[in-house]
Amino acid sequence: MEVLKIATAGSVDDGKSTLIGRILYDTKSLTDDKLEAIERSSKQKGFDYLDFSLATDGLVAEREQGITIDVAHIYFSTAKKSYIIADTPGHVEYTRNMVTGASTSQAAIILVDARKGVIEQTYRHFFINNLLKVKDIVVAVNKMDLVDFSEEKFNAVKEEIIRLAARSDYKGQNITFIPVSALKGDNVVNKSVQTPWYHGATMLEHLEGLNAQDVYEVSQARLPIQNVIRPKTEEFHDFRGYAGKLYGGSLSVGDEVTVLPSKTSSRIKEIYHFDKTFERAERGASVNITLENDINISRGDLLVKSSELPKEAKQIEAKVCWMDAKNLVAGTKYLIQHGANRVVAKIADVQKVIKTDFSGEDAAVNKLTINDIGVVQIKLAKSLFYDSYVDNKANGSFIIIDAQTNNTSGVGFIQ
Amino acid sequence: MSTILHSNALENEAIYIMREVAAQFEKPVLLFSGGKDSITLVRLAQKAFYPAKIPFPFLHVDTGHNFPETIEFRDRLCEELGVELIVRNVQDNIDAGKVQEESGKYASRNMLQTETLLDAIEEFGFDAAIGGARRDEEKARAKERIFSVRDDFGGWDEKNQRPELFDLLNGRIDLGQNVRVFPISNWTELDVWSYIEKEDIEIPSIYFAHKRETFVRDGMIWTADDDVVYREEDEEVVERMVRFRTVGDMSCTAAVLSEAVDIAKVVEEIRDSSISERGARIDDKRSEAAMEKRKQQGYF
Repeated sequence: MEVLKIATAGSVDDGKSTLIGRILYDTKSLTDDKLEAIERSSKQKGFDYLDFSLATDGLVAEREQGITIDVAHIYFSTAKKSYIIADTPGHVEYTRNMVTGASTSQAAIILVDARKGVIEQTYRHFFINNLLKVKDIVVAVNKMDLVDFSEEKFNAVKEEIIRLAARSDYKGQNITFIPVSALKGDNVVNKSVQTPWYHGATMLEHLEGLNAQDVYEVSQARLPIQNVIRPKTEEFHDFRGYAGKLYGGSLSVGDEVTVLPSKTSSRIKEIYHFDKTFERAERGASVNITLENDINISRGDLLVKSSELPKEAKQIEAKVCWMDAKNLVAGTKYLIQHGANRVVAKIADVQKVIKTDFSGEDAAVNKLTINDIGVVQIKLAKSLFYDSYVDNKANGSFIIIDAQTNNTSGVGFIQ
Repeated sequence: MSTILHSNALENEAIYIMREVAAQFEKPVLLFSGGKDSITLVRLAQKAFYPAKIPFPFLHVDTGHNFPETIEFRDRLCEELGVELIVRNVQDNIDAGKVQEESGKYASRNMLQTETLLDAIEEFGFDAAIGGARRDEEKARAKERIFSVRDDFGGWDEKNQRPELFDLLNGRIDLGQNVRVFPISNWTELDVWSYIEKEDIEIPSIYFAHKRETFVRDGMIWTADDDVVYREEDEEVVERMVRFRTVGDMSCTAAVLSEAVDIAKVVEEIRDSSISERGARIDDKRSEAAMEKRKQQGYF
């Protein structure tokens, strides 16, 4: 069961919901009762076409406003893959939603209105997918029907985004440009006859062609320990297993491993998944491993290969996206959740705010307000064993929890 | 022991969530209805903690309108697994006059389950309740978080949800709050069925095609062999070959015509299906925003 999660981003009128609705319709993912509901609602609103955006707009409040306000998840599948679309709104004030959607996605669709070309919003979407290291980016140049399927308009968008990509920090992205009309269905699932000058894949063809190596980072194995499994039964009397989800790379039986923070070493004895044992576990697997030696391990510890130790520090620098109405200021204490580990942290300094439209930085600001992205120095009560986000996503990121409200107030990407 | 463990992303995610629940909460409970989604949860919980036993009890909120096949199945499964089963009855709240039963054509006890669930959470002091809801079931569920915080009244504030980034789940709550946990949030109905087939998981017989006395109302097929389902005199009873896609309250769960007598045929049928699962549940049809409203009131 191959699953591809895609983040979508676009401005209010780019036709994002229509595009998603179109994908669902053309892949026959809309069931009869849902299609009927769309027909009914479209008629009620007096449209002479099917308003596919109604397939995705979820909550009552949104339907009233006619806009999407949070991350919504949409599911469809083909014979080849299961797809999850994390649909996020494109307004500037919803940076946090876009960051949230991108954090779990392997691919992103950025919508551009062919009439308007690349606008400030496009910069922001591109910036966030770049910051989050989303590997596969599809730039869907939409509403091509309204510019007579003009190749020049399409190329103008393409050139500008290529220029933008040259200025960004993360160069590992694969960017594909596709001329589409979500409303009419051109190049979304079915190839358009209106764009004879375009020889690339349709949007769905492109997504279908993506393999694991195209979308996942190749990195070092990191196993944050979630639980210690001790059955204490007759059959498994001395069993002591360490359960967790494996990130970044694979682990094999016999590997010499080190457990942090204790820095004790052992070898992997068995890799369990339910009642079966395996020789090797791949990235992404939820496993339960046993070790050759009895060493003291508890929740929050990190297990790595002894040859691939992470960095260790009591102060870190991170890019932080702030998600709380209460501002982030220096001197305040928070909890950092990094993998299965929670550490008390103090904000040492808010160094600068980074403008998400590529227009630079503001070092004069000493706080982050909601939807800001900035560079922050954080002091930790205990050593953190981490990687840079550019090297290892899972071990290079954390969330910031406000211990007073229990809110998830922000997310950090370690430099 | 020579094979490589290939990852099934949805299964791995669900196992990860189960383990986070066990680690982050003091008194979790698994909401078990005897339906296919909660049966899938049970398998995932087994996988998460093997070779240890599942470290939390199961809670069944019994509407009193369950298919007898489901109850029999529930009791047998819990005994096999050696887990504690807690049953709380909607009927008790009705008898005590705490809630009033609906009457008439579309009377259902689905809404009444909420009260019983909230009472049970309070009675046992559960801080996390694991449920089998999926985001693809209904539009308002599409925005549900994996760890969804509820207030003392079970209320869901959809505009004020915590963001969930990467795999990181924040289960910190205040006293009196509790969290609904949805490990199979990202599964579709087809994913669940395919998993049941692949894992060879036993499910109640009503999920497979069988002959049943039924009648038709508003284009949907209803069971006629139990008096909890309200039927008018002129609604004709006919024996049909049917199966159920969900096993909730009998009074609001419609059957579908089917020849699918085994799991492989059910999967095939779901794949070709053109009616969504909740399309066969009348309580969601009451209004377009029905589910969202119920959830704000604490519905599961």
